[in-house]
Amino acid sequence: MVTIIKNDAIDESPFEVVCGDAIDLAESNQILPMATYLESLEQLRGRNDIGVWVDADEEVEALAGLLDLQVIALNFPAFNDGRAYSSANLLRRKLGFEGEIRAIGDVRRDQLEQMVRCGFDAFEMADGQDLDAALASLKVFSDTYQIAIGTPQPLFRRR
Amino acid sequence: MYKYDAYDQTMVDERVAQYRDQTERFLAGDLPADEFMQLRLRNGLYVQRLAPMLRIAVPYGMLSSDQLRKVAHITRQYDKGYGHFTTRQNIQLNWPLLEEVPDILAELATVQMHAIQTSGNCIRNVTADQYAGAARDEVDDGRPWAELLRQWSTFHPEFNWLPRKFKIAVSGAPKDRAAVQVHDIGIRILERNGEVGFEVLAGGGLGRTPVIGSVIREFLPKQHLLTYVEAILRVYNRYGRRDNKYKARIKILVRAMTPKVFAEKVEQEWAGLKDGPGTLTEAEINRARAAFETPDYDRALRDDDPINGAEGDKAFLVWMRNNVAEHKVPGYAIANIALKATGVAPGDVTDEQMEVIADLADRFSFGELRVTHIQNVTLADVPRKDLFSLWQELVAAELAAPNLDLLTDLICCPGGDFCSLANAKSIPVAEAIQREFDDMDYLHDLGEFHINISGCMNACGHHHVGNVGILGVDKKGEEWYQISIGGSADANAAIGKILGPSFARADVPDVVRKIVDVFVGHRADGEEFIDTYNRIGIQPFKDAVYPE
Repeated sequence: MVTIIKNDAIDESPFEVVCGDAIDLAESNQILPMATYLESLEQLRGRNDIGVWVDADEEVEALAGLLDLQVIALNFPAFNDGRAYSSANLLRRKLGFEGEIRAIGDVRRDQLEQMVRCGFDAFEMADGQDLDAALASLKVFSDTYQIAIGTPQPLFRRR
Repeated sequence: MYKYDAYDQTMVDERVAQYRDQTERFLAGDLPADEFMQLRLRNGLYVQRLAPMLRIAVPYGMLSSDQLRKVAHITRQYDKGYGHFTTRQNIQLNWPLLEEVPDILAELATVQMHAIQTSGNCIRNVTADQYAGAARDEVDDGRPWAELLRQWSTFHPEFNWLPRKFKIAVSGAPKDRAAVQVHDIGIRILERNGEVGFEVLAGGGLGRTPVIGSVIREFLPKQHLLTYVEAILRVYNRYGRRDNKYKARIKILVRAMTPKVFAEKVEQEWAGLKDGPGTLTEAEINRARAAFETPDYDRALRDDDPINGAEGDKAFLVWMRNNVAEHKVPGYAIANIALKATGVAPGDVTDEQMEVIADLADRFSFGELRVTHIQNVTLADVPRKDLFSLWQELVAAELAAPNLDLLTDLICCPGGDFCSLANAKSIPVAEAIQREFDDMDYLHDLGEFHINISGCMNACGHHHVGNVGILGVDKKGEEWYQISIGGSADANAAIGKILGPSFARADVPDVVRKIVDVFVGHRADGEEFIDTYNRIGIQPFKDAVYPE
């Protein structure tokens, strides 16, 4: 089990990120590297206990049409690498993915609210992050100018 | 000008609270320095050579007199009694205390100001023509569009961690006073068949690799401004380089993909956004426009109204010929306050001068003023008949330098006196050039002449687009200056060419003198420096500066 923040609470998830060459596809509740998943589609057909993780330099469009996944995790190689925000946005808005989008990697509390607004709903925090403090950072701003997940109309259409 | 409603105010107030918390966590040791650095940069706070530097946002350069008074108060209370106007139309404080920055931000918030996104790899302050709304040659006022972009880009959740900083400029007139061709995105307002829209440029920029932006869309109907810009940013955020900060600006991506392929990629991305909820509504466009509706002009005034008290005052006439521009409303003028008096760092103003300027804005220009990207101040709506009275007040405050757009109206970054990035000092170079060229009549004869000085490759002083550009370089621990000529930031923007080996600081004024002499010797009737240069090329200048 992995400790994550989800639905505004600290939670335990059975889904764990795996990487490397020695992945046993028979194991359940794994979050597989996207390349591994795409190579093993035949073998994994019919499974409903699979997640995939996508690195910052990979294109989530590769998952179009394959979205019966429980979890898609998007990696932050560094907290100031912003590519995964666009990936999350595309997964939600363009590809229509409705499952869990989990932030993994260098995930720190001051970025959580931006992540939520782009479509992340689960956070596997970086080592050493205080989870209770992180929970408090989820909602700093009471409104936003832009369209965001959960705010389908920009402020100018609401004010 | 645009006034906050409750939504805008709440966001700025919440940002102050958030930043206060981040500062307290840093001071308590709960937030690592590398992480706090990224967070404070997004609020305009650098840690500089001698002290922190706080960059306060002035969206598209517009300030009210009350806002400027507040800044004057802040410089007195929290700093050393002066501020610095920047080439991004912002205001910098050079000596604030890190611990007091949250209090400064709280004070700014009371007058609808902030320091949001004035640094860091995010969308920076949107700049515009300082004559917007007043210029006689204007197609449309750029400020409503710049304000719409400001709101859209403020705390944009997807674009707060870009590969590199991102700058957008808007120009609404054929004469480009906003340097749109050297911005990450340049927006030119056009009118086609009675419809307002935009020519969109991308991939311009200065810095280490200067590039003139490419047109990626010839005409974008106005309601699509935000969705189209969003598409550009998404392509850049995903595909811009992150492995090398010197190759991370959008200009490198556009060049690597070619402008044509980049434009196609943007169009593909935009197809999914076009006509969606991000599309501007007529109501919102009208709301933004109404915010900039011109104050109550006296429609009885005429351009040939006599200027009260001005008869035959030569110094006034020189100032007026040079610092005053035509206004679109009869009987009004645009008056420029050049912050380029010799011996004062370009763009620096004292607290008292700020208060004088604020008072003059109240008396002569409906309580509003603009900061320009050449580090001056514009009073955009002055009745012509009052120009002499205004000038007398400026003289008394030592703000009447009559050198707008002349050789001594230099652009100059803070340089090695303040900035930790700089290779060399720039302010003393500016001063030495101003001292070398102290004959106003001669300067007028030379005409429009732009010298831009940067203390390092980051090009905050826009040296690439100066007619003469001066770049501080480090040579074995010593400060040297590389000189380029032929740059231009006007509608025919051009990147200057390097003249040759660099010079010691003491030699720079003399080199500029030689360049000017070549210009004067070759000048044909009616030519500005850049015309002569374009006609005769670089060689005669090289020959004069580097004799065999």
